[in-house]
Amino acid sequence: MEFKRIPPHRTHAQNRVGDKPLTKGLIIGGVVIGTLFILVAPLAIIFIQAFSAGAAVYAQNLKDPATLHAIWLTVLTAIVVVPINIGFGIAAAWAVTRFEFFGKNLLITLIEIPFSVSPIIAGVAYLFVYGAQGLFGPTLEELGIKIMFAVPAIFLASMFVTAPFVARELIPLMQVQGSDDEEAALSLGAPGWRMFLFITLPNVKWALLYGAILCNARVMGEFGAVSVVSGNIRNVTNTLPLHIELLYHDYNAVGAFAAATVLASLAVVTILARAWVERYDEGRAEVKKRMRPGGH
Amino acid sequence: MAGFSLPFRKRRILPGFPLALGVTLVYLGIIVLLPLTALVLKALDIGWDQFLAILTSPRTLSAFRVTFLCALAATCFNAIYGLALAWVLARYEFPGKRVLDALVDVPFALPTAVAGLALAALFAKNGWFGAPLDHLGITVIFTPLGIAAAMAFTSLPFVVRQVQPVLEDIGPEVEEAAFSLGASDFRIFRAVIFPAIFPAFLAGCSLAFSRAIGEFGAIIFIAGNQPNYSEIAALLTFIRLEEYDYPAAAVIATALLLSALLLLTVTNMLQSWHLRYVGRGD
Amino acid sequence: MKLFAAAALVALTLAAPARAQDANTLLNASYDVGRELFAAVNVEFAKAWKAKTGKDVTINQSHAGTSKQARAILEGLEADVVTFNQSTDIDLLAKGGAVSKDWQKAFPHNASPFYSLPAFVVRAGNPKNIKNWGDLARDDVKPVFPNPKTSGNARYTYLAAYAWALEEYKGDTAKADAFIKKVLSNVPVFDTGGRASTTTFVERETGDVLITFEAETAAVIKQYGADKFTVVVPPVSLVAEFPVAVVDKFADKHGTKELAKAYLDYLYSPEGQEIIAGFNNRVRDEAVAEKHKAEFPAVRLLTVENVFGGWDKAQAEHFASGAKLDQVFVAK
Repeated sequence: MEFKRIPPHRTHAQNRVGDKPLTKGLIIGGVVIGTLFILVAPLAIIFIQAFSAGAAVYAQNLKDPATLHAIWLTVLTAIVVVPINIGFGIAAAWAVTRFEFFGKNLLITLIEIPFSVSPIIAGVAYLFVYGAQGLFGPTLEELGIKIMFAVPAIFLASMFVTAPFVARELIPLMQVQGSDDEEAALSLGAPGWRMFLFITLPNVKWALLYGAILCNARVMGEFGAVSVVSGNIRNVTNTLPLHIELLYHDYNAVGAFAAATVLASLAVVTILARAWVERYDEGRAEVKKRMRPGGH
Repeated sequence: MAGFSLPFRKRRILPGFPLALGVTLVYLGIIVLLPLTALVLKALDIGWDQFLAILTSPRTLSAFRVTFLCALAATCFNAIYGLALAWVLARYEFPGKRVLDALVDVPFALPTAVAGLALAALFAKNGWFGAPLDHLGITVIFTPLGIAAAMAFTSLPFVVRQVQPVLEDIGPEVEEAAFSLGASDFRIFRAVIFPAIFPAFLAGCSLAFSRAIGEFGAIIFIAGNQPNYSEIAALLTFIRLEEYDYPAAAVIATALLLSALLLLTVTNMLQSWHLRYVGRGD
Repeated sequence: MKLFAAAALVALTLAAPARAQDANTLLNASYDVGRELFAAVNVEFAKAWKAKTGKDVTINQSHAGTSKQARAILEGLEADVVTFNQSTDIDLLAKGGAVSKDWQKAFPHNASPFYSLPAFVVRAGNPKNIKNWGDLARDDVKPVFPNPKTSGNARYTYLAAYAWALEEYKGDTAKADAFIKKVLSNVPVFDTGGRASTTTFVERETGDVLITFEAETAAVIKQYGADKFTVVVPPVSLVAEFPVAVVDKFADKHGTKELAKAYLDYLYSPEGQEIIAGFNNRVRDEAVAEKHKAEFPAVRLLTVENVFGGWDKAQAEHFASGAKLDQVFVAK
């Protein structure tokens, strides 16, 4: 999931493959029309459907207490999960890029796992840990601690699906940067925490921000994993993506689309933020040049 | 911490190893490993015969078949369209290019449930795409075509983002030389350009495929959930849960997990091949 | 930052049950198409409760296929009351120890304050001329109803069609099996709950006939107009009971037992029955039923007890793992 913006500013020679005006026109035209159908139409229909009954109805749908609660729970989940994920990402990247140890590659693969498994698996797996039939279910029940079908399960499921996000942005960058600056700071007698605050963090701040943006978008939009563990209680454990499905089945398609516009707007903001970060982030270009991990 | 020897390289002077590794392992252990272990234990709990019986039941097999075939169709579509998109973004300058580049990320940023809702509305019999297609006698919604469409949408960026940087890196020299020898556009693409982007292209396809296999949110709005026809493995897991059939849910989820791990391994191999191919010249 | 987040997580984990255990909050886990009904009931009940006790009450709703709901409750979804559409799912809770064994005696009419029956919604003017259960097996008819495995609503549909076939074929089960198999194979989409099926039929214009509770068929007409859809009530159908129960396990835990009982009692009160009848359910209160008589066409009603020898037997023969439904479900 690398997003590369900075096009190489190279003057195109006239005689490269696909530079004949007709070929070029056809390819660009085809791709632009395809994109209109494939990427623009879904975004457009959300907003058009949401406003299909007029702006007043749209506003009313958004002001519905259950929708507001779903928005609040979604934001709350992001507030909890994103910082934890940042902490984990920094720790994982530090361990993986600054030290050699046995089983390192296995650890990197482990970090990647949540990215490639279906979110449904995450939901089902949590059910077998904390559900009544699960490993800890009976114990938790005795203690009166509620995880499944309550807010904590939503946090946990969201943490699972977003675990790799920040780490994946930091690892390639910190690998390329190397540890020379940090070692220099230490040899000058700086304590570890100062070195971390004044050398490491500033070096990776853009990648960190970038990972956090992606993580946030995913947390707010997660559907599959959360739908298994939430219990769908209106005003209690309904996140926005679940609430959209609920409204859709409440004979309220317009309301569902209205709630969907909130998430669609979030997606647009995410893309803009990402574009902005890419523009200011020199480290990214460096990683690109040196590694070309493509990284998904 | 057991099983991890201390760092043995000269990097020893850097602090924070125990803390960083500790935090990483604890977090991964609680958040990722514990649930996955519980899932696999649950699946193995029922005994090998039962496990195989569930896995080879007609409905399970057909759910996996639908999942893999639709993912394959989606990946083929994205291979072609994604390659064209990457080509346009890497090689041409035109007004609106930046917008196009940003649009590629829509499927990443748009929550899957929203994508599913939008696609279902587009392909409904009375929708923008559904109505004209209906005249042609093509039904997308509630058919495997709809599943493939949802998968194609959510996995689109992978091929583009893998291939785009490699295409940008190809210098004009080889092409110019080939042109001077009188080779045609297509021939140069086949003989020079495609081999250069092939590893990245393959890595992108494999990523797109594994993402398509794992997709759920976008699909359930559009699939139709007909057993043996338009029911995907992830959804069957969900249905088995709702039917109180925990062993079956655990078995199907475990099979999905294993196929995801297999794909992850393949992708990683392709990635490292691609890196070697590009060469890490400083 | 990390510390703050961890603290927040702990605080929230502790706060979540605290909020759920408020003695003036009730969670009603209900069947999928009961959404509008209970939204209306809850408003009126809250007023009545406030007038009676002076306390404000918050009632949260969770709607889904009832088997799914029962599973979630056994898994720890802390519902104080259940308002289901089938006794087997409450029996499941009783087996799991969440509901008392004799729950059916706790409230009148086998703890079922109202009833309904599976009926049809067709496209306006009934272009395919669908009149009775037999039409569902025609080659040119695509019926829409949810998955009988997860939805009580669909189980009534399945049993009603089967009961019709038993009468039609003079008790020949082989013929009835073939009939139900054909009906199931005609269904273009199986959703997990009744409402999702309604959405499929009306919003997505899929299928020729929606089979769901009579109450839901009326709601479709109310929402979309008689110019788009027509209700067809078949001449014979099956009684669908809507049993209710207090989930003792969680009501005790939350201290909401009194409130839960009052809530379910309200469903039997003339006011409650009036609201329920207003949503086109057939009610028990004779005065209210008499008042709404004109809205309910006469149907010859069969019962699960008479035709199938009770729910336990029906469950074992038709819906259990490997039973009839499974046999026809996989062969498409």
